[in-house]
Amino acid sequence: MHVPDGFFDAPTSVATGLIAAGAVGFSLQRANREIRETGPALAGLTAAFVFAVQMVNFPVGAGTSGHLLGGALAAALVGPWSAVLVMSTVLLVQGLLFADGGLTALGTNITLMGLITVLVGYFVIRTVLQVLPKRVGSVVPATTLGALVSVPVAALAFTGLYAIGGAVDIPLGKLATAMVGWHILVGLGEAVITAAVLSAVVATRPDLVYAARHLQPDLVLVDADGNSSTVSPDRPIAAKPTGRTLGVGIAATLLVAGVVSLFASAHPDGLEFVGARLGFDGAAKDSAVAGSPLADYGVSGIGNAQVSGALAGIIGVLVTIAVGLTIAKVASLRSSRADKAA
Amino acid sequence: MSGPSIHVERLVFAYPDGRQALFGVDFTIQRGERVALLGPNGAGKTTLVLHLNGILGSVAGGSGSGRIQIGGSDLHREHLPEVRRKVGLVFQDPDDQLFMPTVRDDVAFGPANLGLRGADLEARVHEALVQVGMQDHADVAPHHLSYGQRRRVAVATVLAMRPEVLVLDEPSSNLDPASRRELADILSGLDVTLLMITHDLPYALQLCERSLLMDDGRIVADGSTRDLLGDAHLMSAHRLELPYGFDPLSVPGPER
Amino acid sequence: MTGSAGDGLLVVADSRIHRLPAQVKIVALFVFVLAVVSTPAGVFWAFALYGALLVWCVVLAKLPPLVVMRRLAVETPFVVFALVLPFVATGPRVEVLGVSLSQSGVLGSWNVLAKGTLGVVAAIVLSATTGPRALLAGLERLRLPSTLVAILSFMVRYLSVVSDDLQRMRIARESRGYRGGRAGHLKAIAGGVGALFVRSFERGERVHLAMQSRGYTGRMPLLSESGAARVQWVEGLAISLAAVVIAVTARVVGL
Repeated sequence: MHVPDGFFDAPTSVATGLIAAGAVGFSLQRANREIRETGPALAGLTAAFVFAVQMVNFPVGAGTSGHLLGGALAAALVGPWSAVLVMSTVLLVQGLLFADGGLTALGTNITLMGLITVLVGYFVIRTVLQVLPKRVGSVVPATTLGALVSVPVAALAFTGLYAIGGAVDIPLGKLATAMVGWHILVGLGEAVITAAVLSAVVATRPDLVYAARHLQPDLVLVDADGNSSTVSPDRPIAAKPTGRTLGVGIAATLLVAGVVSLFASAHPDGLEFVGARLGFDGAAKDSAVAGSPLADYGVSGIGNAQVSGALAGIIGVLVTIAVGLTIAKVASLRSSRADKAA
Repeated sequence: MSGPSIHVERLVFAYPDGRQALFGVDFTIQRGERVALLGPNGAGKTTLVLHLNGILGSVAGGSGSGRIQIGGSDLHREHLPEVRRKVGLVFQDPDDQLFMPTVRDDVAFGPANLGLRGADLEARVHEALVQVGMQDHADVAPHHLSYGQRRRVAVATVLAMRPEVLVLDEPSSNLDPASRRELADILSGLDVTLLMITHDLPYALQLCERSLLMDDGRIVADGSTRDLLGDAHLMSAHRLELPYGFDPLSVPGPER
Repeated sequence: MTGSAGDGLLVVADSRIHRLPAQVKIVALFVFVLAVVSTPAGVFWAFALYGALLVWCVVLAKLPPLVVMRRLAVETPFVVFALVLPFVATGPRVEVLGVSLSQSGVLGSWNVLAKGTLGVVAAIVLSATTGPRALLAGLERLRLPSTLVAILSFMVRYLSVVSDDLQRMRIARESRGYRGGRAGHLKAIAGGVGALFVRSFERGERVHLAMQSRGYTGRMPLLSESGAARVQWVEGLAISLAAVVIAVTARVVGL
């Protein structure tokens, strides 16, 4: 999954680098209050967890395995902005401490795995939560769906990036099909693990789930004389309704991703379908070697192989974010004006 | 300002997940006393000590009520930095306490937050590490230390703040016998008020003349450690058991 | 893996490269990789020179060649991808031993392999000569936002703790007769990972409590004591600047 140096051309790497830097800066600002309340330690531990879990492989089928990316999960647990920071931290440590993922490709990796999975995942979570009953438990199916969707979308973004900045022309329609098809399977695994993790957290510490903070029931407190009273639970960080901003951003992302993929399948195709299939299956099979979880970081790197497809979306995402942020800005200006008028 | 080191009155607390841990706790600890806090798992001991420097409880914005005085003055949000210097908390798992890249960074964390810099800070770190005999390990990363060494460094991180009250959560857990004795030597040589959560009853008898027994979020007994441990009925009612062959009436304790 | 996850790839030794301040090495790595990436794939002599520079670095840093080779394994997924490229790429084709390959695919394959490998080896030189703490101090010196440095520092500190938890859970699973295989695998892993999350999260809370107990008010102490001297910058960047010269020459001469 981790894109190495030189995989995409220089402009693409620079563009995604700018997107990543902007996203991290923006997230730092947005997550500032959360991090002051819960401490950087919590974010650091979440990052260490994501790092460790990315080393655990699960079987995807056809003798191959995948591993958790954790974007949607992190978004549900610590909120979207902290999650972007967590995922970026993981990628930075992998790049600098473990030489995994090129330094010039760091922006690409953060954009694909840190930004897209988190934002898409969180958008799905918020949307689904609107529909489901207002209970803490609803966050489990919502996040499961978020995890399922986020992985193929990241794969699509990778294809989009490849269309723009790939070093070699390969039939994009086939690339998109192979990437997305493959990552739907990986997304299924991601969804199952995400569901299990969230169920465990909701069962033991429901107050920890950021996406469900607003769904917590009130507390009953018994005082020293045995009288009970109802108090509202300690809610250090109420989930802020960032839904609209985020929603617009994601809608734009999906739109652009969709357009890119349409463009991709319309691309002239000089290759036999079977060849592509063979090629990608070959790539996939190799990774099956890495069966044992956490055997060694090097080996787990191979575990990434089958996922090797999943790379990053470049300019499409840049444009997407720019469009999304602009729309969100306009929307929030409008709504604040409307508030004043009312 | 004088008064008891710790005074707690009618303390009630529930966690944000709805679990109520304290149901009205009262006790007072005088300056220089050494007190063991005993009780079965889930009695609320750790929750209680986290109140003593204002990490949990209404001061920190949590759900609860009651009154806590440290050194004779009420716990207030404005006093928290001062209270956190006075009351040093050593956590049960040293990995929770040692969060910086090296031992030196970690011991310096507290004093640096108190405003110490440069040579003063350096001297304070050295002093604390000498107190626990770890001065030769200052540049080591915590995960390269043995468990017993980590526990000692954890104590040093708190001593570096020169606390008036030292609160320890199960200091002897997971230590081998030699590390356990070394830690007892360090603790008995300190000139502070000591409150120590422990399941290690001989350790309580060795170090603390007085004990509080806690169960179901309340203090159920308060007296001399020897008397408490000798009361077979009280002990079994609260799931406490002495080690095989240990007779609290026949071993020397800290009383003089 | 030798050592624990908390040490990264550090190889303890004393060399000129080990002694350089981390911020110098990070900048040098970045410049070097940038030079490599911007070199056209067809200028083969430039890549040979880059390779020679890196080999020199590995020798200077006293890194065992075997260790470097082993760590190249992270690159495997992309080697596979690169090897597939000649078969799937479009454009004019060439016959090699009776197999039809795409010309641009072959060149692209070489491009990914050469640049990727050089990048990984350069990154290995950095991570093998710089301890985690030094790296954090270097990033702090390079003005990485302090919140990010703090998160990074906690992550690095607790990597080994969390990984050990995971390892223990795996051993517990296997010692109860679990041997892998598909059925139930996902379920077993997922359950374990859920428990691991709660553990990690609660540890994060306890660490924050421990920090507050020692007077934390939102600002972490600085890790770096002093900046790098000019001599050190010159020394550290020398190889990267050589790479830049090669890259520029390749552009001018190669095209």
